[in-house]
Amino acid sequence: MKHKQVNTQLADKWESADLVLNNIVKSFDDGSGQTVTAVDNLSLTIQNGEFVTLLGPSGCGKTTTLRMIAGFEPVNSGQIYLGGHQIDDVPAFNRNMPMVFQSYALFPHLSIFENIAYGLRARKVENKVVKNDVDMALQLVNLVGLEGRYPGELSGGQQQRVALARALVLKPKIILFDEPLSNLDAKLRIQTRLEIKRVQQMLGITAVYVTHDQEEALSMSDRIVVMNKGKIVQVGTPEDIYNRPKNVFVADFIGNANFIDVEVLEVKSETIVINLQNQKLELNKAIAYQDIKAGQDVYLSIKPEAVRVSQSGMKFKGKLYSASFLGANTEYEIEFENIVISSIQKNSESDIKKLPYGSDVCLDFNTDYLQILKK
Amino acid sequence: MSQALINAKSQIAQMAKEPLVLVTLIVIVALLGIFILYPLYKVIELSLMPDGAFSFSVYEYIFSHPRFRGAITNSIMLGAIVATLATTIAYLFAYSIARTKMPGKKAFKILVYLPIIAPPFMFGIAIILLFGNNGLITAGLFDSYNYSVYGLHGLIITQTIGLFPLAYLMLVGILQGIDPDLETCAMNLGASRLRTFFTITLPLSAPGILAAWLLIFVASMTDFGTPILLGGNFDVLSVQAYLEFTGMGNLPRGAALAVILIIPTIGTFLLQRHILSKRTYTTITGKATRHTADTATPLANGIFFSICLAICLFMMMFYVVIIVCMFIKIWGVNWSFTLEHFEYAWDVSLGVLWNTTLLAAVATPITACISVLIAYFIVRKSFPGKNFVAILSMMMFAIPGTAVGIGYILAFNEGPFLLTGTAYIIIACFVFRTMPIGVEASIASLKQISNDIEESSANLGATTAMTFTRITLPLITPAFFASATFTFIRSMTSLSAVIFLISANWNLVTPLLLSQTENLMLAQASITSLLLCATLILGIYILKKITKLGQERIFGKN
Repeated sequence: MKHKQVNTQLADKWESADLVLNNIVKSFDDGSGQTVTAVDNLSLTIQNGEFVTLLGPSGCGKTTTLRMIAGFEPVNSGQIYLGGHQIDDVPAFNRNMPMVFQSYALFPHLSIFENIAYGLRARKVENKVVKNDVDMALQLVNLVGLEGRYPGELSGGQQQRVALARALVLKPKIILFDEPLSNLDAKLRIQTRLEIKRVQQMLGITAVYVTHDQEEALSMSDRIVVMNKGKIVQVGTPEDIYNRPKNVFVADFIGNANFIDVEVLEVKSETIVINLQNQKLELNKAIAYQDIKAGQDVYLSIKPEAVRVSQSGMKFKGKLYSASFLGANTEYEIEFENIVISSIQKNSESDIKKLPYGSDVCLDFNTDYLQILKK
Repeated sequence: MSQALINAKSQIAQMAKEPLVLVTLIVIVALLGIFILYPLYKVIELSLMPDGAFSFSVYEYIFSHPRFRGAITNSIMLGAIVATLATTIAYLFAYSIARTKMPGKKAFKILVYLPIIAPPFMFGIAIILLFGNNGLITAGLFDSYNYSVYGLHGLIITQTIGLFPLAYLMLVGILQGIDPDLETCAMNLGASRLRTFFTITLPLSAPGILAAWLLIFVASMTDFGTPILLGGNFDVLSVQAYLEFTGMGNLPRGAALAVILIIPTIGTFLLQRHILSKRTYTTITGKATRHTADTATPLANGIFFSICLAICLFMMMFYVVIIVCMFIKIWGVNWSFTLEHFEYAWDVSLGVLWNTTLLAAVATPITACISVLIAYFIVRKSFPGKNFVAILSMMMFAIPGTAVGIGYILAFNEGPFLLTGTAYIIIACFVFRTMPIGVEASIASLKQISNDIEESSANLGATTAMTFTRITLPLITPAFFASATFTFIRSMTSLSAVIFLISANWNLVTPLLLSQTENLMLAQASITSLLLCATLILGIYILKKITKLGQERIFGKN
């Protein structure tokens, strides 16, 4: 393991800016004459210095949104403001919003130095300053000594850092990321994730980050914007999004929750009572939506880590369906109420590891992590 | 419709922000209009308005006259026969190169280019030397003075050998694009080698075979040099159009015959593009990184080797005959050794060859630049009428040289673009006739460069012009020089269009060759052809060196 260098005070906080998207719309012709709306009336305000992630499944419009911010796609309607100035009419090369691409998009015929210097050269910055700034950027991303090499001679992680340095060297008010980590292996992904967050915090720069990886979004963001079908589904802090999903889509996408059909029996002032496996289960009313009424069929959303499984001594009955050892944890699939639900347990706390598939087990739920969602 | 209008408007607004880009596009469109559409329009106009008024009289005359009707059916028949034979040979050759372990592959790969660098009827000269009235084989060996090579069979032999490499180049690319794992897998599942070929390889390459067939069909139909030399009484369209236009001075009839020739060639061209664009199974990456499957037994290897060897020996025989002919006093009559033909070549051919090389050398970089620019606009920019520009820039590929030549004469004889008799008209003809290949090569090359790289450049603050010169252009240098090489070869060896455009001041080497051969100055013609070949090889060598230098500058030495 290489010794990790720490660059603490390389740069003072940079000037950054807030970004406002106001009712932006983008539709495409799908090639057969049909109009497909990729981004549908999206409005969003990103604060100065904030790290905001656009999260969603492929085709949800998150990349299109980022490309409109960068100026690669013109907006059909709506406005984009950066630091109070309307920019949706400004060509991409005048926006000064460097982007880190999924493919890194390093120029294969230019050295690392020239790759990083590229934006400065486009701005006709004088040579001495270019040298100085590129050196600073190289230090920021721990790449000093590699400036003479070519992109083809670098590892994936190093290429990624060149892409980051190439953006940082311009001292932008905002920086854009388009799934920058998806081409890295798992370990490097976590390392680089920390690195990006560290640099962003240190410089106090506004960041817009696009990903479909929930773990990345949860670990890096100040706020997460969950998108589906061109619209924003929910905006909130990582804790909000994870613990209090607004609907089935968010709960499924972020927490891989299990959904069980249940009936609401009774709504009291503080609690609600539901019917689960012909037993009454009384839950805190805060986990349900506002206008919940008795007699409604609803989804009980259960996070895998909220499902406790044991050989005996618990309220509900199920059958062991499969088990996958994950290291510190084991993921069990349990047949429960005619569906298969997933449960993640610490190995140290589990007593069913050696049971054959098909064995009867009993289970219970940590009611703090349950959620009642509309069907 | 309204959405399309809105898009067009915003695309123009987008471009207007960079005036340089907009101006470049306008210049390109104007050039395409002047040098492609306008001449084409002139040909059609003349054929439909022979006396200044609209009438079909010229076409009626042509279709009611057996000589012209015969020329139409003859052209189609010749095209079909040659296409079938050439594609068959090409497939055998390509399969041998791409899929067998026969010996001598490297040599075969080079030898197959022999016909491509030969002037269009150099093989015609060789055929006359071998099988003509005083031919080495007909008169010399068999003493059969009654045999005549002039006519359909002479054309078939000459065109098949001359054109099959075009089909080979297309088919070898397609065969190499088929993942050999598919064949290995078929055999792994129990299919015999023969069964694997017929159930996997052949079906997957079928679209390519059809496309190659169509390519040769058009090439044979539009060929002018071979039929005018060897056609005899076998009339074909391209020759008839030329004779009517220049020989008989019947301009409308010549134009109409050229138009009739355009119809099947454009149709075939569109069909061929359609077939190739539908080909979804195989991807041509040009990277043959995987191991080829062991699909051939030693016996098969031997058979393929023999076939390839026979083809190559046949081609080499042509070259040998031509080389020998240079030193023979009067072929077929007086076989004594002489050097006197070189004196003539020195006096006449060298000057014309220099002219041709000069014009081709001027046209080559111009074509390469325009091609790259057009390809860039087609692949990377959105603007209204893009499809039209794309089709227009490819169209010249489908228009027979005869029609182009007639069109250029009609379009640039007077008025705003008076170019007839100058070098410019010849250069323009070189540039716009060879441009489609350059555009195609550049498009393919651009598509391999991820869009991200250029967007990233813009994102970092580079204007379109800076992105193009600093990022795009360096990355597509190989395609740039490949199309330059093609332009150079095609310009030096083409005949059908330029034969209309030459003048006393600017003669070219291919028309000179034609007149030498027609006057049975075969030795002089042989010398001229070989000088031309040598010039081509030298030109290709120089371009290759430059390409290599360029690549090393871009990607480092490997």
